[in-house]
Amino acid sequence: MEENTNIEFPKELLDEVQRVISLFPEGKQKSALIRVLHIAQAHFGWLNADVMDYVARLLHIQPIEVYEVATFYSMYDTQKVGKVKLEVCRTGPCMIEGAEKIISYIEKKLGIKEGETTSDGIFTLKAVECLGACGYAPMLQAGEKYHEHLTEDKVDALIEQYRNHPSANYMGQNND
Amino acid sequence: MTRKLLLANDHIEGIQSYDVYRKNGGYAAVEKALKSMSPDDIVEEVKKSGLRGRGGAGFPTGMKWSFLAKPEGVPRHLLCNADESEPGTFKDRYLMEKIPHLLIEGMILSSYALGANQSYIYIRGEYMYVLRILEKAIQEAYNNGWLGKNILGSGFDLDLAVSPGAGAYICGEETALIESLEGKRGNPRMKPPFPAVQGLWQRPTVVNNVETIAAVVPIINEGGDAYASIGIGRSTGTKLISASGNINKPGVYEIELGVSVEEFIYSDTYCGGIKNGKKLKACVPGGSSVPILPHYLVCKTAEGNDRLMTYESLADGGFATGSMLGSGGFIVYDEDQCIVRNTWNFARFYHHESCGQCSPCREGTGWMKKVLHNIETGKGKMEDIDLLWEIQSKIEGNTICPLGDAAAWPVAAAIRHFREEFEWHVKEPILSQERNYGLVSEKKFENVNA
Ligand SMILES: Cc1cc2nc3c(=O)[nH]c(=O)nc-3n(C[C@H](O)[C@H](O)[C@H](O)COP(=O)(O)O)c2cc1C
Ligand code: SF4
Ligand code: FES
Repeated sequence: MEENTNIEFPKELLDEVQRVISLFPEGKQKSALIRVLHIAQAHFGWLNADVMDYVARLLHIQPIEVYEVATFYSMYDTQKVGKVKLEVCRTGPCMIEGAEKIISYIEKKLGIKEGETTSDGIFTLKAVECLGACGYAPMLQAGEKYHEHLTEDKVDALIEQYRNHPSANYMGQNND
Repeated sequence: MTRKLLLANDHIEGIQSYDVYRKNGGYAAVEKALKSMSPDDIVEEVKKSGLRGRGGAGFPTGMKWSFLAKPEGVPRHLLCNADESEPGTFKDRYLMEKIPHLLIEGMILSSYALGANQSYIYIRGEYMYVLRILEKAIQEAYNNGWLGKNILGSGFDLDLAVSPGAGAYICGEETALIESLEGKRGNPRMKPPFPAVQGLWQRPTVVNNVETIAAVVPIINEGGDAYASIGIGRSTGTKLISASGNINKPGVYEIELGVSVEEFIYSDTYCGGIKNGKKLKACVPGGSSVPILPHYLVCKTAEGNDRLMTYESLADGGFATGSMLGSGGFIVYDEDQCIVRNTWNFARFYHHESCGQCSPCREGTGWMKKVLHNIETGKGKMEDIDLLWEIQSKIEGNTICPLGDAAAWPVAAAIRHFREEFEWHVKEPILSQERNYGLVSEKKFENVNA
């Protein structure tokens, strides 16, 4: 997740892209786009125009087809964000279990407002809509991980953990 | 004791893995189907079972399958809808995470029934870790001969893959899902043509919810009639309910359709009652888009009958005094919750999620959010309540896809049942910022005016 000016996937990610393309029939490789953009975002940190153009080349589609998709879906970042996105669910069931308190607690702790990134570039705080964890509220997602039944102590612990290991949020395992 | 058909084995150590799943009777339904049943036999069993779509609309699954066009030489597709983004709903995630092979087994059976040889599970992008669990399970299924070419020597071929979204509630709508799976923005398509005729890549396509597809497994194992013997009337079988809000035991429950709402909320088998000894104020029984019910209409219908967890009973009284089973996202509110605030919160959700194609939805959801925010923060006027009513009624039925309706219904129901709470916010702009209104009065539903 280092700043990467050299826009190219390493070999194992290129293989992964080929595997994803092969899940669809001949000529329907555009169907791989959403997955490939996830892979690109996890690798390059965010989707700038160079990254999107690179993805277009990989899939043999027009750059505009990539921009259209990248700007439609809320998970994609077309602006630079922190290494760890803390996305707190703000929707009804989480709201009534204290989502707003969790958001203000994180704001105070990190000294940023919702939507902002810490000056060290590690954390971005976002309020998002229902993540399918309503019975385990309040909750947040960090990268691929769900953190549920949040308390201030739990928030302290996970911020500490991610500050020391920012990439821990992309291991694809839910250990909470 | 309630019978469990989907989550009977969810507590078994290691049930995520192929070996443990298989040892506990997994893939027996596929064996039975591919060795002794024709595709039409499966459709017939599903029809007999009375299974209705678990994604929200409750459309009979067997009937939906029989609408699938079957032109010569054109591939057909089965798509599993694992977008699960309706606020209050988290059952599909539970099922896929705990028993991924159950969904895969259901996909094999359903694909066989439909004559689909390439099927996909479309999963919301936020569930990436669940996608990885599914991919691992799919690989195990390939390795053990349940997927791929000539499965069990039956001549039936099936390829199955998972594909993610990237954060858009609208992609749960079936035509938006198809667009998204084609690698495009999730803008719903005009219907007709229906997906059953022109769906994924313009080919005949069926879209079914995760739970619907998983339910095909017990239906084949035990027979459609056995499945239909559970439940009441046209609400057959079991249903996963996602329970959240101010209850003692939130979580996912498998119920036999027909359990009473009172038992569901108060018994220790399920929600375990309202948290902190508080009183029930309201309930949204089927996900954020279904009408909210005030406490006096939750456990009883307007006629005074027990309200049951069935499609029919939850809808008893229509929108005047009833609601819907929907996706089974059961949200409970205690006496301290503010209905105006909750309604504003949901309106903000729908505004955020509107794809923007139709102006009644795009503009209307924005207006509702704004007006509700004004009322909530003590800046509203009395006319605003009528204005809100006006806006929601102009959205409903005037849009390409049902998201417009889904946004309008919660607002309409909140005004219908909690008008005095909205008025109180206008009349008491200062007090309403300090405390909540509390319970709505009991007599209210005689003057359901709207
Ligand atoms: C805005 C909107 C969102 C929807 N979201 C979902 C969803 O997340 N999951 C789902 O299964 N169905 C969802 N549906 C319903 C689907 O369009 C479709 O009816 C369903 O997947 C059919 O499956 P079933 O017959 O098995 O229920 C949604 C519908 C609308 C209009
Ligand atoms: S109703 Fe709303 S979400 Fe549906 S197509 Fe129209 S604008 Fe898009
Ligand atoms: S409302 Fe927060 S996860 Fe559903």
